[in-house]
Amino acid sequence: MSILINKDSRIIVQGITGKEGSFHAEQCLEYGNNVVGGVTPGKGGQTALDGKVPVFDTCHDAREKAGANVSLIFVPPAFAADAIKEAADAGIEVIVCITEGIPVADMIDAYDFVKKTNSRLIGPNCPGLLTPGEAKVGIMPGFIARKGTIGVISKSGTLTYEAVSQLVAQGLGQSTCVGIGGDPVIGTKMKDLLQLFEDDAETEAIVMIGEIGGSMEIEAADYAKTHIKKPIIGFIAGQTAPAGRRMGHAGAIVSGADESAAAKMAYMKKCGIIVVDSPSEIGVTVKNILKR
Amino acid sequence: MKIHEYQAKEILKKYSIPIQDGVVVDNADAVESAINQVSTTFNASQFVIKAQVHAGGRGKGGGVKFSSSKEKAIENAKNILGMTLITPQTSAEGQLVQKIMVAEALDIAKEYYVAITLDRAKSKNVIMASTEGGMEIEEVAEHSPEKIIRVWVEPAHGLQGFQARYIAFKLGFEGEQFKQFTKLLSNLYKCYINTDASIVEVNPLVITEQGNVVALDAKFNFDDNALYRHPDIVEMRDTNEEDPTEVEASKFNLNYIKLDGNVGCMVNGAGLAMATMDIIKLKGGDPANFLDVGGGANVETVKNGFRIILSDPNVKAVLINIFGGIVRCDRVANGIIQAVKELDLKIPVVVRLEGTNAELAKQLLSESGVAIIPASGLADAAEKVVAAAQGAKN
Repeated sequence: MSILINKDSRIIVQGITGKEGSFHAEQCLEYGNNVVGGVTPGKGGQTALDGKVPVFDTCHDAREKAGANVSLIFVPPAFAADAIKEAADAGIEVIVCITEGIPVADMIDAYDFVKKTNSRLIGPNCPGLLTPGEAKVGIMPGFIARKGTIGVISKSGTLTYEAVSQLVAQGLGQSTCVGIGGDPVIGTKMKDLLQLFEDDAETEAIVMIGEIGGSMEIEAADYAKTHIKKPIIGFIAGQTAPAGRRMGHAGAIVSGADESAAAKMAYMKKCGIIVVDSPSEIGVTVKNILKR
Repeated sequence: MKIHEYQAKEILKKYSIPIQDGVVVDNADAVESAINQVSTTFNASQFVIKAQVHAGGRGKGGGVKFSSSKEKAIENAKNILGMTLITPQTSAEGQLVQKIMVAEALDIAKEYYVAITLDRAKSKNVIMASTEGGMEIEEVAEHSPEKIIRVWVEPAHGLQGFQARYIAFKLGFEGEQFKQFTKLLSNLYKCYINTDASIVEVNPLVITEQGNVVALDAKFNFDDNALYRHPDIVEMRDTNEEDPTEVEASKFNLNYIKLDGNVGCMVNGAGLAMATMDIIKLKGGDPANFLDVGGGANVETVKNGFRIILSDPNVKAVLINIFGGIVRCDRVANGIIQAVKELDLKIPVVVRLEGTNAELAKQLLSESGVAIIPASGLADAAEKVVAAAQGAKN
């Protein structure tokens, strides 16, 4: 078991003929994934990755002809929101968007579109998903992770790798690692993933790595208090980030809550989350919790 | 990206939003003619001199002055132009005032607050309005949150007439002002959407004694990701308002923010960069900067990163913390070796490389003969760099 992706996932890569898209599609294929095709409008009927996979014009074709149910997006920022909507419209179940730099207005629209379908969006501007030993849908370095029972949720890329490597150093593998992205509008928030991990029989404990800004960690902590029984180990990056560097007035007060690291950590503790002060102690803290 | 008040008002004007108007001046010789121009164009006998800096809280720092006559206006204008303005939102050194707006003074009957921005929790735009105009909205939010009205806009439908009316009723608008306000709000929303703003804030929005609804001040932030479709807005960028080192860093696609400590950091990824600053602090040190070299850490980025970190004379030691995923550590190591040699570094450099080809990278560093302190793990790296910075200081 795992969440969102596993060895049976049938993956397409939107933007497979681009530089980033072809490089990472090849990496996913090497990881042993079932990459069933790519989508590049106007290049349908061709092949990609040295003839290894077919290219389709549309996600609808890829869904119909190749049975795709997971999509990985490397489309440039100006067109990425459209690619997300296309995948959702075609009925792709899990859409992972790696693209960085998508205009916020485009994402507000895409989020609204996806919400009205049965698809789930991860990202954008994220490292994607990794179910060690089964499937990699994104750009995480597969070799640092091991199959196991810890679910990992993180806003950041390299800090996720740091946490995963600390877990592995303690002999702990991961069920699924999810990089949700740090953009203002993202498809899947922390609390949604907490529930998925709670429902996953294989996951024993959850690592949740947040950052300053926004109120997602607060919402997740609130949700965890009443809905999540599995232990959650949390860290918030940015304890030393200078105050007042956030954007203007209005952004800071929308939630009505304090968005500093200290405030988030205190709130998470209050909700029963085990909060780690030092980023070097994530792995060892999980180990100690599981020993109890 | 931020812009000045006078630029914000130019944009509002294009959307038929009534503003407190005026003339912008950037040298003392032009002050008098500007005041005469405002006097004739807007039929004004009293003026407000407003410093044009990006930081808020200008009034508190003495950057906004009411002037009851032309003589008073000239005096205030000459004092404000060229002053170093310190407000709660500037750095401690303050911000040089290079431009002022000579504005018509209006007779204000009542002040309001209106803003549009993204509500991240709902992934929708929200309109916020309050009768407590002119105050800092954070204070209103803290002390009387019930006085802030919030209305969320459905992305697929846009702002609806009934929503604008709801806000107008809640703010207590009546008659002619009610009509003016709902029209203004609808135009403000159009403006926010069409310009890809991340915030538009009118504080205060006023009703004048003559019964007109007018934007007295205006603040915009724009979504950097969307600037490619707004060349006219990019034209408005004023790099004089930005930290010169941060501007320099942005030219090399480096994300740099200067801090007050003495331990320089170079890290790939914003989250890991913040975590690295955090652990330096936990180990008793003080980070000198935030620097994210991004996904392409090669010889050039490492060199430019060093240059930017070392332009801060407070830096006594540097920590390089790279977790290679796609980035190959051996390439980063070669970059570090070359940079240290070329730049003839005199201060201790602690290097922690993890991930893809990390072993090879460590070997390259130790064989290179350059004076680098290798570290393994986040805690070890932080301890070593803090000790090095303290040693260098003593």
